Amino acid sequence: MTAITQQNETDQPEAQKDVAQRSSTEPLIFERSKPGRRGYQLPALDVPEQALEDLLPAGLHRSEIADEVEVSEVDVIRHFTRLSKLNVSIDAGLYPLGSCTMKHNPRINEEIARVPGFAHSHPMQAEHQVQGNLELLWWLEQTLKEIFGMPRVTLQPVAGAHGELTGILMVHKALAKSGNARKYILIPDSAHGTNPASAAFAGYEIRELKSNSRGTVDLSTLAEAVTEDVAALMVTVPNTLGVFESEIKQMADILHAKGAYLYCDGANLNSFVGIARPGDMGIDVIHSNLHKTFSTPHGGGGPGAGPVGISERLLPYLPTPTVERREDGTFYLDYDHPDSIGRMRAFHGNFNVLVRALTYMRSMGPTGLRRIAQLAVLNANYIRARLRKFYHLPYDAPTLHEVVFSDKNQTAKDVHTLDIAKRLMDYGFHPPTIYFPLIVSGALMIEPTESEPKEELDAFCDAMIAIARECEERPELVRSAPHTTPVRRLDEARAARQPVLRWKK
Amino acid sequence: MSNLPDPADPASSHRFISNAGQDIREMLAVVGVDSIDRLFDTIPADVKLDRLLDIPGPWSEIESRRWFRALAARNVTAVDHVSFLGGGAYAHAQPACVDQLLLRAEFLTAYTPYQPEVSQGTLQSIFEYQTHQCLLTGLDVANASLYDGSTALCEAVLMAERLVKGKTKVVLAKSIHPHYLQTVRTYIQNLGIEIVEVGWGEDGRVDLDALRAATGGAFAVAVQSPNFFGVIEDYDAVAEASGDLTKIAVVAEATSFGILTPPGQHRFDICVGEGQAWGVPTQFGGPYVGFMVVREALKRHMPGRLVGETVDVDGKRAYVLTLATREQHIRRGKATSNICTNQALIALAANMYLSLMGKEGLREVATQCLQKTAYLRRKLRGIPAVELPFSGPVYNELVVRTPFPATQILADLEHEKILGGIPLGEFYEDRDRDFLVAVTELHTREQLDQYAAALTAAISRERR
Repeated sequence: MTAITQQNETDQPEAQKDVAQRSSTEPLIFERSKPGRRGYQLPALDVPEQALEDLLPAGLHRSEIADEVEVSEVDVIRHFTRLSKLNVSIDAGLYPLGSCTMKHNPRINEEIARVPGFAHSHPMQAEHQVQGNLELLWWLEQTLKEIFGMPRVTLQPVAGAHGELTGILMVHKALAKSGNARKYILIPDSAHGTNPASAAFAGYEIRELKSNSRGTVDLSTLAEAVTEDVAALMVTVPNTLGVFESEIKQMADILHAKGAYLYCDGANLNSFVGIARPGDMGIDVIHSNLHKTFSTPHGGGGPGAGPVGISERLLPYLPTPTVERREDGTFYLDYDHPDSIGRMRAFHGNFNVLVRALTYMRSMGPTGLRRIAQLAVLNANYIRARLRKFYHLPYDAPTLHEVVFSDKNQTAKDVHTLDIAKRLMDYGFHPPTIYFPLIVSGALMIEPTESEPKEELDAFCDAMIAIARECEERPELVRSAPHTTPVRRLDEARAARQPVLRWKK
Repeated sequence: MSNLPDPADPASSHRFISNAGQDIREMLAVVGVDSIDRLFDTIPADVKLDRLLDIPGPWSEIESRRWFRALAARNVTAVDHVSFLGGGAYAHAQPACVDQLLLRAEFLTAYTPYQPEVSQGTLQSIFEYQTHQCLLTGLDVANASLYDGSTALCEAVLMAERLVKGKTKVVLAKSIHPHYLQTVRTYIQNLGIEIVEVGWGEDGRVDLDALRAATGGAFAVAVQSPNFFGVIEDYDAVAEASGDLTKIAVVAEATSFGILTPPGQHRFDICVGEGQAWGVPTQFGGPYVGFMVVREALKRHMPGRLVGETVDVDGKRAYVLTLATREQHIRRGKATSNICTNQALIALAANMYLSLMGKEGLREVATQCLQKTAYLRRKLRGIPAVELPFSGPVYNELVVRTPFPATQILADLEHEKILGGIPLGEFYEDRDRDFLVAVTELHTREQLDQYAAALTAAISRERR
């Protein structure tokens, strides 16, 4: 892959400039609107029409939706096709956003989710009419129970953060039942921002735990922090540096001895699925982002799903309803959990995301799931081995599925993480997660996943090495990157200071 | 671990994982270890699994199709029956090109647009989606999406609570979708917020006197319109009775914006709801898309992502995630919400639907829903044993009562291949004979006539 360094715009013929302009910008759909255009057709109304004033009270009848668009189907297809071309995606190549597990999204998942019997089933149908759906949910729970090594899993949460809230609400309820809900949730300083936010929404205050020099939690720090007021520790395993908490069982013991719970953020489950099980580590609650480990497409920011597995002592507090199987092999929704935290969302969660995830689990099977972790970890360690001569590795501990570098080697030339990320775009790669985890200054967090072939990893490493060289030899080139994207270096301060959050005529 | 497969053995390759035999050996050499197992040395042996997981698979596509299709075939659905089910999930026509465009990998397999230079497609689409929401609701600022209608109401209640210091009571109409009310109870259980529910009158609309009486000490009022019974609320009267409290409108049937005046026009401050009705398949309840639109003054209190317009270094118009200091990745424990992953792809589908239908189409869909429901309502009124308990105006859904248990009547209708409604006894103690019937533009006059005939027949069968 060759980097395009500088575009010489002065030599470009006018007409070609228009072509470039056309492929790099697209008007808003509202700007394409012309009176009289239409993108729909309905059958003619086949019932006798009644006067509107007989059907709607005066004052509640809208005469028009001012400024709504008028475009044809052609306009719409062109518009969204052109917009799509302004995105990069996992189907086009490595998308190494750390913590996001951007893996291959198999299309059989999409096909199964669109089977009409699933797609057009209605959430308020009677149980006997949706036995297929209930059986599918039951099987997904059985599968996740085995993967987690835990006695039950709720499928209601529709995102990782939603799962966190569900889990901490269960912890709160369990503690409240035993007389004292307690006050604090402990969270390491390397955690995802959703952890403290979810804990706060569940009614807790946050106490931050300092990571040690390996980036992990010290048992002595933990033991000191776990007072009678602590409800739980929320820990990401492996943590956001990719380092496994080797003393996880001892951590669980410390918490359990004080009556507190161990919550595991399962965002990084991809690194140990089929290799080890949270339930065997003493973990009481784990959420798994199905859009990460189990391949449901990220869709530009959702939809996802965040099922939560729990240990024995949290069983009474599961959200309702649960899906149960009768002896005769039929399935039903069980609302009879008097101590339940309640319902986390209307209906049955993101059902058609769950369909995709179970399809994937069946495609992988026990050998495939194990292979996911093995190759995800090998791929990440390969990148680490190839790049560590060129980029600073702030934590030297062995890592699993991701590797976090910093910009320490490059700052001398006044080149920073953001510049490196932007320059990667010129080489055709989506940048890694940057400036996270917060415990690393100028972090570059790289998660390749198991999907990537060696050639793609090599091309990425070659690009990173070329950029490291550019930082030495032509730092200005990196500082002013990207040079080849449809737009470059947006004025984010202006966006926040003078917010324009909608189109206006 | 002798029984476990060797990853470098070509027999253990998998179609979704590129690297195999030779690649693995070469990569191990670069890493400097002799086996993949060594890379997992930091996981203590006593928590390592010494066996394979006990789950089915790996399956080929052929096997997956066989099993999942057999499961789907065990469902009785709108595919082979005529469905009149609504209650927060409505079957409307989705234009063919929406799903085709959604399958474009550049949308489907991208993630949250953190890097604007390579995500303008997603960002611009969200900006357009936000604009549609503003136009439809008559309010000023919309976010990029929330999970669904129920959790959107939770976020609205929590947001309203933050706006007012020292007040802990929220007034909710009891005619809001029961699942939404249950979800709010779950969300607020540890936050010291008290819920007061207000009932309805003869017309099925919120009881204004009770509402007025409940407002003392409260920070917000929320009503749903059309409400769970399909009845359209009188926004002005509700606003008047709510005084200066924050007013939240909940809309679970989003096609109704095509013909009903928007809450922003009636002094409401926040509109939240469910966007599924914009052509998203009912798919057993999800994924759907929650929306939230607020007055300008509230924008910095909003939960969720926001996309704003700006310029790039060359002065070109461009879009970017903005006002992020409200969000969990910056503000952590003090964020306006814990939401991160939302429903971006469904919001994109909504943008496509709203653009295709456009100004006239949205109105026509809404008109057809209104007219066809009115037609059915008139037909049902003509059946002697049928009672329509609520006299208020309806949009595309209504409550029907017969002298017999609703579940029995609905079972009779199912014999005629009609999914005849949602029994209300599950949600309200005194409503065993009531069921909720929804009509959309998909129903033909013939189907509506058949419904009335089948209901008449069911009642006489129960009489016998």
